[in-house]
Amino acid sequence: MTSPRNYQTEAIIIKKTKLGEADSILTLYTPHLGKIQGFAKSLRKTKSKLAGHLELLTHSQVSFARGKNLDTITGSQTITSFLPLKTDLELTSYALYVIELVNQFTPDHLENRPLFQLLLGTLEHLCQTSGRELLLRYFEMHLLETSGYRPQLQQCLSCKTPLQPVINSFSAGAGGMLCPDCSQTHSSTTTPLTVNAQKVLRLLQADDYDTVSRLRVPPELSSELERVMRSYLRYLLEREVKSAAWLDSLKR
Amino acid sequence: MKAKIVLNQSLPQTAEPINKLIHEFSKLPGIGPKSAQRIAYYLLRAQEDQAKLLSEAILSVKQQITLCSGCFNVTDSDPCHICRSTERNRNQICIVEQPQDILALEHTRIYRGLYHVLHGAISPTEGVGSDDIRIRELMERLQGNQINEVILATNTNLEGEQTALYLQRLIAPMGIKLTRLARGLPFGTELEYADDVTLTRAFEGRQEF
Repeated sequence: MTSPRNYQTEAIIIKKTKLGEADSILTLYTPHLGKIQGFAKSLRKTKSKLAGHLELLTHSQVSFARGKNLDTITGSQTITSFLPLKTDLELTSYALYVIELVNQFTPDHLENRPLFQLLLGTLEHLCQTSGRELLLRYFEMHLLETSGYRPQLQQCLSCKTPLQPVINSFSAGAGGMLCPDCSQTHSSTTTPLTVNAQKVLRLLQADDYDTVSRLRVPPELSSELERVMRSYLRYLLEREVKSAAWLDSLKR
Repeated sequence: MKAKIVLNQSLPQTAEPINKLIHEFSKLPGIGPKSAQRIAYYLLRAQEDQAKLLSEAILSVKQQITLCSGCFNVTDSDPCHICRSTERNRNQICIVEQPQDILALEHTRIYRGLYHVLHGAISPTEGVGSDDIRIRELMERLQGNQINEVILATNTNLEGEQTALYLQRLIAPMGIKLTRLARGLPFGTELEYADDVTLTRAFEGRQEF
């Protein structure tokens, strides 16, 4: 059976590239089709009737017409516009960081429904919560899980014994924790983590966001968590997350 | 150099000068190999004057055009005609992303102040931060001069909005009046197709009629 000429899907716009005079190529994350790309004609013109529905960080219903290489976007209707994300400098930056990670961690055309739900949920929570740093860590942890990079936080990756409540080390190369003995002999670079940081990481991995959001994390612990998650993401991507540098410059 | 060799192999063999011209044209934005070929053969048949005028125009753009040291607009004389003009309001600065935006605004003849061209917008996912566009120069300009209004005319897409928000954070503490171009419904369109963000802003910014 041939695939239909036209199809519709809900999607979150995660990337936009300019093309030619006034056209754009969009990268969209969808629940059933995974990450897809679409060609949007004349999107950058003032009178484009699609532009507002296809801005970055918008959750929309999008119709496509199948094309030779790229499918063309023929219609779009906003489901959620996430207005707060577009009118606050910090929130925009956090949200851009989230969609950049999704874009980099996902291959084209691979369905990943839990990740779509995670992305949608994270953008919704960003509009509401005050604990934005913790929300980012929660997102990162579950992004890793849904993409197959769940870090091992319960037992030492080398000797397989359960971790004791002492300073254990995180190894990005091994993909999880190492006990003090094993981390000394391990070849890759490791990051020592405080007992509290290990507890929070385990909580992020195991619990839903409602439970996590009740947690109060002091600034020092927050930056420790940020450091270890960032270095793991950087190790997996083999490149810097560009919007992270901007987030840092805003915090300064 | 490598690209040139590959290109020459992929094209049918013609005289070297024509190949070279085709290759140069195909580097231009929006011009593919076939368009490049068409333009090259058109010029081959055209009057010699036309080719001469074209080559002179291209060279003079590169040799005579610089950026204005005041507003960073493209100009053939520094400062540019807008910064030099005595008829313009020197207390207003309108901030735009690119020189082409000045053309659009000037065409309306409604604004009589000065400009500042950022040459881009903040785009974290593309790695463009505040140091990569001309924000520092703007701040120096605001400190040194008697400016009583800054008009943010960056694009109304996410990058432009973010740039405007960032500038707001920098400029608001200086006590200068800060305005943003109204965002709402464009002229000549139908309400039915407007998106939520545009409609919300159009509603918030409604005016007595």
